[in-house]
Amino acid sequence: MPGPETVRPETVRPAAVSAHGWGWRHAGRSTAAVHGLDLEIRPGERVLLLGPSGAGKSTLLHALAGVLGEEDDDADETGSLLIDGAVPRDSRGRAGLMQQDPETQVVLSRLGDDVAFGAENLAVPRERIWSRVHEALDDVGLAGFPLDHPTSALSGGQKQRLALAGILAMRPGLLLLDEPTANLDPAGVLEVRDAVERCLDKTGATLVVVEHRVSVWKDLVDRIVVLQPGNSSEPAVLLDGPPDAVLEQARDMLAAAGVWVPGYVPATRERTGTPNSELLLTAQDLAVSRERPRRRGFKTILPVPAQEGLSAEVIAGRALTITGPNGAGKSTFALTLAGLLAPVSGKVSAGVGLADGAGNDPYTWKAQQLISRIGTVFQEPEHQFVTGRVLDELMFGPRHLGHGEERVDELLERLRLTHLVDANPYTLSGGEKRRLSVATVLAAHPQVLVLDEPTFGQDANTWAELASFLSELLDAGTAVVSVTHDQEFSAVLGGTEMRLESRAYAEADAA
Amino acid sequence: MREVLSLHGNRALLTRANPLAKFTAVFAITLVLALSIDWVSASTALLADFALFPLAGLTLRLLWQRAWPLIIAAALGGWSTAILSADSGRTLLDVGIWSISEGSLELGLGFMLRGLAIALPAILLMSCTDPTDLADALAQKAKLPHRFVLGTLAAMRLVGLMAEEWQTIGMARRARGVGSHGSPVQRLRATLGQSFGLLVQAVRRASRLAVTMEARGFGGSARTWARESTYSLLDVWVLLGGLLIAAAAVLAAVAGGAWNFVF
Repeated sequence: MPGPETVRPETVRPAAVSAHGWGWRHAGRSTAAVHGLDLEIRPGERVLLLGPSGAGKSTLLHALAGVLGEEDDDADETGSLLIDGAVPRDSRGRAGLMQQDPETQVVLSRLGDDVAFGAENLAVPRERIWSRVHEALDDVGLAGFPLDHPTSALSGGQKQRLALAGILAMRPGLLLLDEPTANLDPAGVLEVRDAVERCLDKTGATLVVVEHRVSVWKDLVDRIVVLQPGNSSEPAVLLDGPPDAVLEQARDMLAAAGVWVPGYVPATRERTGTPNSELLLTAQDLAVSRERPRRRGFKTILPVPAQEGLSAEVIAGRALTITGPNGAGKSTFALTLAGLLAPVSGKVSAGVGLADGAGNDPYTWKAQQLISRIGTVFQEPEHQFVTGRVLDELMFGPRHLGHGEERVDELLERLRLTHLVDANPYTLSGGEKRRLSVATVLAAHPQVLVLDEPTFGQDANTWAELASFLSELLDAGTAVVSVTHDQEFSAVLGGTEMRLESRAYAEADAA
Repeated sequence: MREVLSLHGNRALLTRANPLAKFTAVFAITLVLALSIDWVSASTALLADFALFPLAGLTLRLLWQRAWPLIIAAALGGWSTAILSADSGRTLLDVGIWSISEGSLELGLGFMLRGLAIALPAILLMSCTDPTDLADALAQKAKLPHRFVLGTLAAMRLVGLMAEEWQTIGMARRARGVGSHGSPVQRLRATLGQSFGLLVQAVRRASRLAVTMEARGFGGSARTWARESTYSLLDVWVLLGGLLIAAAAVLAAVAGGAWNFVF
């Protein structure tokens, strides 16, 4: 399929961005997402966009990518926002956008086809497309895979690099990254960051990146712009300047807004001790998989385990932290411990105190027996919402159990949700959703709490609250099992670390 | 789900044929078989299909793995037809209300074979055709609108994702105390709740994917194709083969006096 390499190298023309009094109000909202934005970005500049949630960072990126408001007729736009003097929607292909969720950055099922997709849409001649595809895959470090490699078999970091390759093949003058590494493990974060840096060095394209974790991008950008929430009296840009100057000037303010300023670890509660050490759960020689045994005709086929030979003990008042790269089966192991997945082989058994007459295999417990013993907080809070109102959400567990409603007020207070009791859970911010999902599970008063990547994508404030709250729970005798990449988080909780090694993803350079 | 939709390194001859040619050939065979319930036309087509297995990279083992529910359903359908249809000719088996005669056995056999013979070409087509190539052919050769074809293709990738999401939401809800136990009404409510959760996630994912596609320039009027969908001599053979199988099935049935027009 690769075309002849006779085409002249195509160069990228870096784009300039210019906003004059630009504002955007989404249809049906009373307040503007962005108001009165004045911003000039020169061709080739690399800008990190910071600000509290609600400051309109994503809205700005979407507008620059030309994907804002196509079907949003009632939306309200003021002022002007231009790329090289043209409206973004009319400059198809001048900007490339990468979003947070790796799964939705992939369009097609074969690697090469996915990279070619954008170039095809821009009507690039066929022979040029394939030379661009090869070059782009090489630039992001995925050239080791065959062009028909299934995109579903890539890790999160690889998927984001693939998305970058798809964008590069369009030869955009402006690269827009919307929290591109928030869903990735530390290795994936570096992979993506380095790939972006290589590509920028090579093409000279302009960069605008939105990210909470400043340290990842600080050395790569030459300017930081801090936005503040839309408000008719003040300008949208709060601060603008070289990274070091802005960070020095606004360090405290940024930290207070929940931005992860480099070298700043928010203060958390210290653990004071371990009151008891009752053995609550034991895993013996577990093999785990998300897949259930499958029937093929008359035969039953056991799934291939994501991980095997796992043994662990969950003890009251102690933390167990499960770490390792993406694809190592960490979540699968945690969900098996939590009685939500059946082990492929081996066994999970509850101690007498935890089982309390319900039998010793958590997987066989009824849902109501489970929630008052083992509570599980999923990575995506929305997966666990079962009602349309925050208060009902919290009352759900206690009402079904017939006790514990009195704890709800305390939880609301403690996790700062009191002002939201009548809100719809789906409309909350990311941090609020996370706090709510922890509170709902704790309302059933479980002795073991299992959390899957509780700090992923969270700002520093939510992070600190969560870590402090869990350390309190631990001191009160709850066992906390968490799947996490976050070393600072596990340091706050203390306890034992269990590291799983990857078995799932092929590496491009091995191919 | 996801792996079912890819070719698994299948490099057989028919994977190189144009999907549209294969589709037309399969359509011809299926059409003929839909017109008559008789065992002669069905078994002629079945025999020809089996002969094509190696060309499509399909083996009996793979067939069983992918299509065992269909095969069992065809067998059950045939069996019940044999028992329940009106008797004619010599009685072969008579156990109370169950009786099988020569006539009903023939009808049952015809029914089963026809079921298999209609399903098999479609399975053959799927086992040697990549969905992306099919989309290319539909857009470039059959001139279907590319927005529609590529949108469907991208959405199909999400279907596999949604199957995983369904499982995750099920577990997440069990962790909230929503069980799949209880009365049928309670179970129905639990399933409805889970479906709602899935719907929300599907809409979120779909809108993010739409943004991704739009940001990559999707939706413009002019578009080039990185993979050109082409016809080759092989496609002529595929078409001729399809027509030949269809014709052979009809002729064999008519010559044997078994042709049994359904309408």
